[in-house]
Amino acid sequence: MTDVVAKLQTLVPEVTLLVGAVLAALLGLSRRKQVRDAVPWVTIATLLAAMVAVPFFNQLDGTTAAGLLMPMLGGTFKLGILAVAVLLCLLTVGLVDRRLEQAFATGRAPFDAMRTIRGEFYAFFLLSITGLSLVCSARDLVWLFLALELTSLPTYIMVALSRGSRRAQEAAVKYFFLGAMASAVFLYGFALLYGATGTLVLTDMRGTFALQASTGGVSNLAVIGMILTVLGLCFKIAAAPMHFYAADVYEGAAAPVTAFLAFVPKAAGMLALMLLLGTMGWSGHSMIVDSIGFRQPIEGLPQPVVTVLWMIATLTMTLGNVGALLQRSVKRMLAYSSIAHSGYMLIGIIAGPTTGLAAVLFYLFAYGIMNTAAFAVLAGLERRGEEIESLDDLAGLRQRHPGMSVVMALAAGSLMGLPPLLGFWGKLYLFIAGVQAGHVPLVVIAAVNSAIAAWYYLRLVGLPILSRPSPQSETIGNGLSVWPRVAGVLGAVGVIVLPLLLRPMFDTAALAVSGYAKADSPTAPAGTLAAKALASESLASEALASEQESAD
Amino acid sequence: MSAALLILLPLVTAIAIAFAPVRLARWIGLAGSIALLAVAAVVAIAFGHWTDGQFGLVASVSAIPEIGMSLSVGADSVSLLLVLLNALLMPLCVAGSFTAISEREREYYGWLLALAGAVNGVFLARDLVLFYVCFEFTLVPMYFLIAIYGGANRDWAAVKFFLYTFTGSLITLVGLVFVAYQYSLVNQGWTFDIPALTDFAANSLTLKQQALVLLALMAGFAVKVPLFPVHTWLPLAHTEAPTAGSVLLAGVLLKLGTYGLYRFAIPMVPDAVVEYAPFIAVLAIVGVVYAALVCWVQEDVKKLIAYSSVSHLGFCVLGLFALNPLGAQGSVLYMINHGLSTGALFLCVGMIYERYHTRDMNELGGLARRMPVWAFFMGFFTMSSVGLPGLNGFVSEFLCLIGAFTATPDAATGYPGVLGPWYGLIAGTGMIAAAMYLLMMVGRVVFGPLREPRGHDSHGHQAGALPPDLSVREIAILVPLAVFCIVLGVLPRPFLTAIEPAVEKTLAAYPMIVEEQVAIHDQAGQPGQPEQPAFAVSLTTPTAPSPVRTLESAVP
Repeated sequence: MTDVVAKLQTLVPEVTLLVGAVLAALLGLSRRKQVRDAVPWVTIATLLAAMVAVPFFNQLDGTTAAGLLMPMLGGTFKLGILAVAVLLCLLTVGLVDRRLEQAFATGRAPFDAMRTIRGEFYAFFLLSITGLSLVCSARDLVWLFLALELTSLPTYIMVALSRGSRRAQEAAVKYFFLGAMASAVFLYGFALLYGATGTLVLTDMRGTFALQASTGGVSNLAVIGMILTVLGLCFKIAAAPMHFYAADVYEGAAAPVTAFLAFVPKAAGMLALMLLLGTMGWSGHSMIVDSIGFRQPIEGLPQPVVTVLWMIATLTMTLGNVGALLQRSVKRMLAYSSIAHSGYMLIGIIAGPTTGLAAVLFYLFAYGIMNTAAFAVLAGLERRGEEIESLDDLAGLRQRHPGMSVVMALAAGSLMGLPPLLGFWGKLYLFIAGVQAGHVPLVVIAAVNSAIAAWYYLRLVGLPILSRPSPQSETIGNGLSVWPRVAGVLGAVGVIVLPLLLRPMFDTAALAVSGYAKADSPTAPAGTLAAKALASESLASEALASEQESAD
Repeated sequence: MSAALLILLPLVTAIAIAFAPVRLARWIGLAGSIALLAVAAVVAIAFGHWTDGQFGLVASVSAIPEIGMSLSVGADSVSLLLVLLNALLMPLCVAGSFTAISEREREYYGWLLALAGAVNGVFLARDLVLFYVCFEFTLVPMYFLIAIYGGANRDWAAVKFFLYTFTGSLITLVGLVFVAYQYSLVNQGWTFDIPALTDFAANSLTLKQQALVLLALMAGFAVKVPLFPVHTWLPLAHTEAPTAGSVLLAGVLLKLGTYGLYRFAIPMVPDAVVEYAPFIAVLAIVGVVYAALVCWVQEDVKKLIAYSSVSHLGFCVLGLFALNPLGAQGSVLYMINHGLSTGALFLCVGMIYERYHTRDMNELGGLARRMPVWAFFMGFFTMSSVGLPGLNGFVSEFLCLIGAFTATPDAATGYPGVLGPWYGLIAGTGMIAAAMYLLMMVGRVVFGPLREPRGHDSHGHQAGALPPDLSVREIAILVPLAVFCIVLGVLPRPFLTAIEPAVEKTLAAYPMIVEEQVAIHDQAGQPGQPEQPAFAVSLTTPTAPSPVRTLESAVP
């Protein structure tokens, strides 16, 4: 019984979020306008409360840590998720029910609880964040699947609710059907993984895979299952070949929701990938030559999985960046850029613990901040109630909205990876991880891709600050609510200031995945990385020696 | 500490300008840049390592110990000379923009000062990440300077400049991270300390690894120099940039490339450098000759000077890859001389442009009659750029060529090289061509019958604040440069003695490596001997990355 209590205690942040979701849904139905207007702030307060709760209720001991593949993940990365979520929530202030509220206010329509949707929207917002937060602490495949679906399902509805237009409906339907298909794919993968291991618990799966690896390699069933899982999760992170929806859906949804889509499902997918690949371990890129002369993986990620991940990463980066080059709509451009960033992050996923995974976590956080800042410009400005979309709208923004033009320039510079902004450090960290894992060609591809990306990000830097105002951009005014712009300024400040906190952030990211090795290999030498390298080198040379003996 | 001041002072000034009233912007900029010059001068006078080639002004703050990153700075005589060049050009650029820039002044002077800080950061960095951050950050101010204040085709020029350099330096970043990673394999910990990585790479990397690192380094630095096939951004950027932008681009930004080659390529990957020096030298020579020929047919004065930069920087690279102290000394000195004389030429052309709003040689002629003072300076700096003995250009150009000439495998200087007389000879034709095209330009623009563009009255200028000939301010800008041109031409000795120990230290390993390589090649060339493969060692060392984690999941 105490076990259950102890385990439940680690979920206090999620419970807080759920309570907030219920509260938001109820308050949204209030007759009083002040109460309805308070719903976003209730949401933000909930997020902050959950943030406060995270460090207190993640004191893991033996029982609560058991079964967690990366025990420290929840206690650390949730803070980053919630911080970005606060920014995302600021973006949505003034978005939902806008026309309806105006009608209520002017008395053109009586208050109708059936028609107001503000409460639902923020409830779904919090539910989705809850799902993401639960992914961090997933123990088994069922939990992981439910958490992923809890993350995704609300987003489908949020897309539909975000704007009155038909495009939002179309985007939501498209997103829902493709999302359901992707879920089916990775659920099938889960089933195969279960069939290959006979267990659903991640840590047990890891043990089984290690055993299989030491006795002739991971079973083919598991390899196929893993590849299907990866492909299904590609939908969540908007990676090739499951990226086609991104541009349409991102364009159809309102800008604040697009920012949400670009961060929350991506983070969930990345975390799920980390946990699932973690069951096989990452050591398998190294090969030994067996007695017949074939190159065999020692253990860990089977070569097919690595190859698939390689191809996905390369394709994602390249298609994302080349696609973004061709866009005239800022939202579509940022959608393709979001695809490309997933490709960069996959380098860290391929590289594995600890540097690679830490780099992914850091990059996710950095991406959340800078991408939200970029979308804040789109959310904070409008033309006669319509969102601004095309690049022409941004031209010469500096004349009338100097602050927003600077925010856009900083966000785009950071997305480009321009030092000394936040995005550069994320990219450097990923490059280091990639080179460290021996994937120099992949890192070179990423570097070339970053250069391609600079081409279109430069437009986002240049157009607002350098160009003359176009006829379209003359008519752009401030949005109804000041808070999206505040979020943009906060994000831009973060992009400049957060690099000063690099060391604690890198430390935290490394801490988040540090439990991975410790949890499951109690007999592995606890020495430095290099000591392990030496040890494994001697192992490999022994293998070579024995091979020579057998040849003699 | 003082080195950090050299980086931070301009940056702080830049921020101050951004928040100052518009009419004060230029004065704060001027004050900040003069203060920078003063600090640099004081630091240079107090510098204790002018004669021993060691690093001084060393300071270090640990930033991220996990990956060995720190904020460490320091300077040897070469770095400090380049910092001085930067500090000297900066007030002149600020003062030179007073009449040319009339809108968005705060941004303009802010970006100029930010550029100064970033450039100083590149020259002073002793940590790879700091170096890279500063190196990359120099793009941002220059991008805005070109794209806001440039000529008609400024957008494209700025974008092309940015993309070329950004692409190259990203690949350089991968190469440098690769070196740091190899270091971490052997030394059980990461570092980005430049001296440590340099020593490690020079001694421990295999030839093939070094060749790849050299390729990565060349990707970034060759674009910046620029070397022949990747030089196409430069004429455009120079032509479209505002005057101060061109001065800084030619004066210091191009030096980031040659400095990068000097600081990284030469000491870090000596085996690969020896192997590939002839290729790079050939590229440099092609650049020298090709750009000189292109100069010949230019009608735009500014474009002509821009192409002459490509030609001159070719000498600089040639001198570096002669791999002997003579050539390297000449190369380093050339960096400074080129900054002075080409910077001054850009200033002169800018002054004409402000008056006539054209740089077309068909529309301008015989300006000596209208502007005798300007004509004097123009002629003077052209002579300095041509390499007239007695002025600065000659010394360094001569040393670079001598370096290449004597860089034969059996050189008597104790520094055998892999180039030879042919390299020097062909590059020397570029010197002759330089004299021809520059003198031709001076002949057309300065002397001969007076030709002025239409629309200008008999006073030779449009109604405005500018006098027909140079104002006191403009003369005051050009005089310091002229003085330094003479000083460096007549008394190069102190500068050479300051550079010599530093380049000797950088080149210390070369005589042995060259001899070894020459021996190998001789052996391979002889009939009957088995051919030695150039890349005998595979890329993956025994301590390949992947086995690191083999033990983690070994236990069920």
